[in-house]
Amino acid sequence: MNVRLTKVALAIGAPLLALALAFAITSLVLLAAGDPVGEVWAQIISWPEARNQVNILNNATVLFLSGLAVSIGFRMNLFNIGVDGQYRVAVFAAAAVAGEGWLPGYLNTALAIVCAMLAGAAWAGIAGVLKATRGVSEVIATIMLNFIATALVAYLLAKVAVREEGSNVIGTAPVPEGSRIPGIQMWSDIPTEIYGFIVFAVLVGVAYWFTLNKTRFGFELRATGRSASAAVASGISVRRMTITTMMLSGAVAGLVGLPILFGTSPYNYGSTFQSGLGFAGIAIALLGRNHPVGIALGALLFAFLDEQSNPLQILVGVSPDIVAITQGVIVLTVVVSYELVRRYGARLEQRRVAAQLARESAAAKDPRPTTKEAAR
Amino acid sequence: MRRTKFTAALAVSILALAGCGSSGSDDGDSGSGNGGGGGEGDIKVGLAYDVGGRGDQSFNDSAAAGLDRAADEFSISSDESEAEDGEAEAAREERLRTFAENDYDVVIAVGFAYATAIGAVAPDYPEVEFAVIDDSTNEFDNVTNLVFAEEQGSFLVGAAAALTSESNHVGFVGGVQTPLIEKFEAGYTAGAQAVNPDVQVDVTYLTQPPDFTGFADPARGKTAAQGMFDAGADVVYHAAGGSGGGVFEAAQEAGGRAIGVDSDQYNTADEAVRDVILTSMLKNVDVAVYEFLSDIDAGEDPSGTVTYDLEADGVGYSTSGDFLTPEVIEQLEGFKEQIIAGEIEVPTAP
Repeated sequence: MNVRLTKVALAIGAPLLALALAFAITSLVLLAAGDPVGEVWAQIISWPEARNQVNILNNATVLFLSGLAVSIGFRMNLFNIGVDGQYRVAVFAAAAVAGEGWLPGYLNTALAIVCAMLAGAAWAGIAGVLKATRGVSEVIATIMLNFIATALVAYLLAKVAVREEGSNVIGTAPVPEGSRIPGIQMWSDIPTEIYGFIVFAVLVGVAYWFTLNKTRFGFELRATGRSASAAVASGISVRRMTITTMMLSGAVAGLVGLPILFGTSPYNYGSTFQSGLGFAGIAIALLGRNHPVGIALGALLFAFLDEQSNPLQILVGVSPDIVAITQGVIVLTVVVSYELVRRYGARLEQRRVAAQLARESAAAKDPRPTTKEAAR
Repeated sequence: MRRTKFTAALAVSILALAGCGSSGSDDGDSGSGNGGGGGEGDIKVGLAYDVGGRGDQSFNDSAAAGLDRAADEFSISSDESEAEDGEAEAAREERLRTFAENDYDVVIAVGFAYATAIGAVAPDYPEVEFAVIDDSTNEFDNVTNLVFAEEQGSFLVGAAAALTSESNHVGFVGGVQTPLIEKFEAGYTAGAQAVNPDVQVDVTYLTQPPDFTGFADPARGKTAAQGMFDAGADVVYHAAGGSGGGVFEAAQEAGGRAIGVDSDQYNTADEAVRDVILTSMLKNVDVAVYEFLSDIDAGEDPSGTVTYDLEADGVGYSTSGDFLTPEVIEQLEGFKEQIIAGEIEVPTAP
């Protein structure tokens, strides 16, 4: 019992240490810049109002999907840096298809979701095939594919864009009203609604956990991640796993932009669509340690910080960029503090085992005390 | 090991939530923390910038100048907030809501990126006066759309370019190929052709949306302009925000001329390249912001779309540096009168 308690204490200790460190470092930055430290933290950790809570949940939904996509690769030691490009290609494909409205109502939505997943999978699959057949590092390939995705989407957007009179924004045709995913109204007196897509995101999280932990495929994926040579020895095709995992990661990446596309005005993909979600996903996957619950909490933490920082400039007069610093520092300190706590835990464990062994051998009245003394 | 990970992650969340709960709600006096901006006044103005914010030497700075002028003359207190690159629609909306919720009387959104957010927020706060620059899609009683006839000002600098060019060959460098920047191009080409129907106009855009780096990439601007000068152009006009610095450099190295945009860039550009700036197309965002605030100060209730064209002095050309000869200026004034009188209709799309 005592052992378990120690484990729990250590597990809580690691993120506590990380957050405390991040808090301290950000405070130092604020102090160095001569900004009001107390006011900034008071704003950031104040209890969000109802509409802000909704925004936090919505943003977290998007970040959660992005974190999941990245972590699928992480579980197999694949660094999919390309979630950013994959989600943009995918959401553009979904927006173009949904905007056409070939099918009625939710059939149109389903078609667009399938298209997004296929587009994301195909885009990530390029890096997977290059890695499996030519040994090209997936890090390099996905970074390059991000740039190509930007150019490709820009090129295609210019082809299909529609423009409203008097507007300077260009975007795809909006998703027809019947194909939008209605929001969940939590409180009647606020103007913002929770993305209906959040339900789908939770299901994806459950599917992720089940596939990785309860299926043969998941076992093979994790085994390959731990040791490719051992996986080969036990009859796993590493090439096939590489391509499949990248495509799976890309398919989930394809979902990242969809809550925004189907859940928020102007219901299209255009020049003002949110960007950079893929890179946030990398940080969140690290923070969540590749566990769906961890990723969800990491996504909530990041979304919380983002939302709370928005009014900083207005109410406190400090640039919200300070929160980007905090987020970056959290990722660093999490990595460092987990390692520190792991080492500390290992040392505690060694000491405990040694003490127990000593006790047991003493109690058993070892018939060969000379050996024991020699061992000392 | 897996359990450890899980418990760890759980702990992160507990902490995060505990963090939320601990400090309780102190939003009662949240308005008291005042940021940058002016002193105390009767009218509280919130200014939401586009990416770049105050200090971008372009569009946002022009809006800031209008606010500063109004703050000097009227009893106004102001706070400002700027957009982050690639932010969520919800973040723009929330920025406007934060102003409205904290009893700001006037909220000015700088840039067409705010169009959707204004449409979502304005109806919820009928007592707040909103203004949005460069967009005219919203029609509410409390929203004023401030738009500009960029094509008219561009027409005049296009004419100036063609009148100054010795090779009958001029160029246009656009930052990002959006409908807004295409207005600049259309006016410029029309102006050059009005002077000389045979003039050759080279056109290039640095990036395509949604890649907006074309407004902040001097190296790319320089390469694009160099290509035009090498091909024989001797005057190049840029509508490329921060990338314009590269166009000026290219003009200096090639011994050609460049035309600035938005503000009088002879006064704001790097001193080393000022002498190549033939003129600048002025887009007086400051005038629009100032006049809007002036109306509010006078107790009026502005709404609808206000177009700042040549007649309203919302656009124009600069003569700093005296590079435009009196003959050229005379001709430009002639075009200006014709445009105001409606005798010349300037196209808004290429």
